[in-house]
Amino acid sequence: MIYDVLIIGAGVTGGMLARELSKYELNVCILEKENDVAMGASRANSGIIHGGYDPVPGTLKAKLNTEGVELLFAAAAELNVPHRRNGSMVCAFGTEEEHALLESLFQRGLENKTPGLQLLSGDEARKLEPNLSPLVSKVLYVPNAGIVGPYELTIAAVGNAMDNGVSLMRNFEVIRISHEDGIFTVISSSGGQVQGTYLVNCAGGYADRIAQMVGDGFYSITPRAGEYMLLDKAEGERVRHTLFQCPTKEGKGILVTPTTHGNLLVGPTATRVDTPESRDTTPEGLAQVESLAAKSVPSVNFRQVITSFTGVRATGSTGDFVLEASKTVPGFIHAGAIESPGLTCCVSIAKYLLEILADAGLVLNGKKNWNGTRADFYAFANMNDTEKDAFIRHNPDYGKIVCRCEMVSEGEILAAIRTNPPALDMDAVKRRTRSGMGRCQGGFCGPYVMELISRELGIPMENVTKSGGKSEMLVGRIGEV
Amino acid sequence: MKKILTCIICPKGCTLAAEITDGKVSVSGHSCPKGAEYAENEVLHPMRTVTATIRVANRENTMVSVKTESTVAKDRMMSVMAALRDTVVNAPIAIGQVLLENVEGSAIVATKQID
Amino acid sequence: MEIHDIVIVGGGPAGMAAAVVAYDAGCSDVVILDREPRLGGILMQCIHNGFGLHKLGKELTGPEYADVYARQIEKRGIRIYTETMVTSVSPDKVVTAQSRSGILKIQAKAVILAMGCRERSRGALNICGARPAGIYSAGTAQKLVNCMGFQVGKRVVILGSGDIGLIMARRMSYEGAIVEAVCEVMPYSGGLTRNIVQCLDDFGIPLYLSTTVVQIHGDKRLEGVTIAQVDAQRKPIESTKRYIPCDTLLLSVGLIPENELTRAAGIPIDPITNGAIVDESCQTMLPGIFACGNVLQVHDLVDYVSAEAERAGIGAVRYINSFGSGNLGIETKAGNGVRYVLPQKIRNVSENVELFLRVTRPFSQVKFTVSDETKVLTSVKRLKAAPGEMEKITLKPEMLRDITGPITVNLEVL
Repeated sequence: MIYDVLIIGAGVTGGMLARELSKYELNVCILEKENDVAMGASRANSGIIHGGYDPVPGTLKAKLNTEGVELLFAAAAELNVPHRRNGSMVCAFGTEEEHALLESLFQRGLENKTPGLQLLSGDEARKLEPNLSPLVSKVLYVPNAGIVGPYELTIAAVGNAMDNGVSLMRNFEVIRISHEDGIFTVISSSGGQVQGTYLVNCAGGYADRIAQMVGDGFYSITPRAGEYMLLDKAEGERVRHTLFQCPTKEGKGILVTPTTHGNLLVGPTATRVDTPESRDTTPEGLAQVESLAAKSVPSVNFRQVITSFTGVRATGSTGDFVLEASKTVPGFIHAGAIESPGLTCCVSIAKYLLEILADAGLVLNGKKNWNGTRADFYAFANMNDTEKDAFIRHNPDYGKIVCRCEMVSEGEILAAIRTNPPALDMDAVKRRTRSGMGRCQGGFCGPYVMELISRELGIPMENVTKSGGKSEMLVGRIGEV
Repeated sequence: MKKILTCIICPKGCTLAAEITDGKVSVSGHSCPKGAEYAENEVLHPMRTVTATIRVANRENTMVSVKTESTVAKDRMMSVMAALRDTVVNAPIAIGQVLLENVEGSAIVATKQID
Repeated sequence: MEIHDIVIVGGGPAGMAAAVVAYDAGCSDVVILDREPRLGGILMQCIHNGFGLHKLGKELTGPEYADVYARQIEKRGIRIYTETMVTSVSPDKVVTAQSRSGILKIQAKAVILAMGCRERSRGALNICGARPAGIYSAGTAQKLVNCMGFQVGKRVVILGSGDIGLIMARRMSYEGAIVEAVCEVMPYSGGLTRNIVQCLDDFGIPLYLSTTVVQIHGDKRLEGVTIAQVDAQRKPIESTKRYIPCDTLLLSVGLIPENELTRAAGIPIDPITNGAIVDESCQTMLPGIFACGNVLQVHDLVDYVSAEAERAGIGAVRYINSFGSGNLGIETKAGNGVRYVLPQKIRNVSENVELFLRVTRPFSQVKFTVSDETKVLTSVKRLKAAPGEMEKITLKPEMLRDITGPITVNLEVL
């Protein structure tokens, strides 16, 4: 079969594009090198919906950020992905330079048509955010900003696209692309082969390498690692808004933010790394996160850290998103260098790419029975006791709590394994259900989740992996090792 | 020859000194007679209770926990383990049930009930 | 809504002992709620021996110790709800639970919290590196190996010398794995001495004190760890860094009482024990709600858990019969060399009161002095004292007459 559109990369960009394309009578396939979706920058980032004041006016980033905020809120609602418009604050700490910077961000925001921006004094800001440092002297308040679960959004987008007919090929690491007679042939490291008429490169940290494979590698990607610490829900109400510090060349500084699940997230650092695969946290990085987060909110209790992690951002050499049809390879579409505010822009980027594809000749005939909604994974968790009781009586699996820290039931875990895109490993179940994400980090529920995956997928326990590939959880059966 | 031992009879963990002269052991540092007995045995012929598991063939992902009913020679522990690895049993199993009659001089008994 | 006299949350050693003693004290309407299919709690995976020497006068394995109590529960016909997870306890003692048959609500006259503890996870340690497969808390590995029959690794490093880590070092060795090292960040082990002898020395496994894991290597499955010695401030010493190839890292770095229900009920928690603040009958600061076992304070021996649970069980029965309402006049305090003292409050001075405490570091030849603001109540001597081994001091009613101010326990090296 020759697909109409092949998408390389099941991150939030590829996922949202797939969902957008699934509205039309097209055969679409996503190629993903990992065992699950959302395994690159979409897996580990701040989950912030940026207001739009930051990008330089006139850039794609500025245009798509302004358009993207409300589109993303709408998509998150349709897909039942946890999100919240909590507003953000950019904080200055008494220096004239920082005050001037906030002024210029405010002006830039007006130019970018960011709604509702206000400059507040430190005291005014502390009325809205009581735990803000007393050293904060001035704040740019961004009321339209919000938070969203980034990998949950990606999973939902890909899942919804699959529900509407899009295919997903996992463990398909692209190593070679040829283009003959208007058809792309894409080869994977394990010898797989897929063909398509249009090829959209949403490969995140690897987008430059994919572009080189077709001979149009005119930009490069510098992976930059950001280390984060996630704190227990006991600290989740420490702040209401997303708190930034004044931005530097390296990024938007260390932020302190609530998450959609009621935890507190602090980070990221910004360190150049050799590979987009980097997952390492470092003592220096975590120490920096801690001290800078404490600068914004001195009362954060770092004894409540439940995990730390590293995400890698794909910073491009052009300074802006690279979203365009290849000038040299017809049918090849660049969607690279999607760094911040890429998450905020994921829907506006998808719509922009759709225009590019249409301009390049892709015929878009709308589907009659497209369904843009997705079942709410947290429906059960959000029920009251009476509703839960009634629900369990019809679905007894929801009565059995598997993960006691996050109160995840067997029913919810089975749903994660059975719903598009099906969870095939431990981390995939964790990202979909939060089982193992709480304070015990899977200590109690891990063995039981392994059993459920083994049973549902019909594989031996020894083949259950943490994150695909050679990440087996067990080395064998007692007596047979 | 003098050997310094930590008593493992109870959680107190007394430090014992056992002196061997002409095959006889004299012990000091103990705070109960069991400690002295332990030190003597420990230098002459150390013994251990082995606690491990045997696979239950007719139950999925299930092991029955077992122990040696009496102690076995310390240097034979791995031989006990080898015997356990080569054994499977079927549920139901009662706690205290003898699963193997004689391994290194001890019976192997179940320490858990498997319904 | 069901109505019961005493509802016990958790059917491990604490919950079972509390139930039996409460029943025997005349309260036949006791129910136990437990999330597992069987009573016994974490004892069911602790298949090693060493349980029961104090309480039962014989050495048993964990499942055998649990069986002794489970039979007593069965004999008395005490009601058990298994595979039932308690989701909340309200201050007015409504217990809400969830099971395959729906949501269960029980109005209790008294509640005994006996949820046990959980292991500190890797996340809380912030060890640097990626997050590959092969990193387990020791108890999780114990469950996989002992109950389910799976080997978690072939070449193992253990971080932390807590008892579960030591026990797993032997268990993994029995099953043919190579345990390369046990690393302990403190200059002394947190486990029982006899476990070091039986579990490490017997198998020639080295214990490195003042040493920690500073880096995790491997992306998919663990490939190795870097260990380093630490200085007095517990900072790794660069020049001592050393790489050990391994496919498995087991963590035995401490236990944390599982007090989410307790906190949600608004019960005050002691920041040192991480358990509820209680009086001598294990009653929390919310009248009629009791706590015992590892949810109250982490114990080193199950025998002590059972004994503590019995005090809670009696306390709950007395509360129902409205005996337990004396004022909370006396406070206890940890003095020199003492990390904490439990109970934190003393209500009833007409009976013996047992003080439990842990010391801040290992000592030898010490004297514990119990005094109020004006006088010494009692003192006891010990040959050794270590943080891993709980101390007990009994105060008799005559010592508790005319107390002025808080009761402080001080340690003095002789």
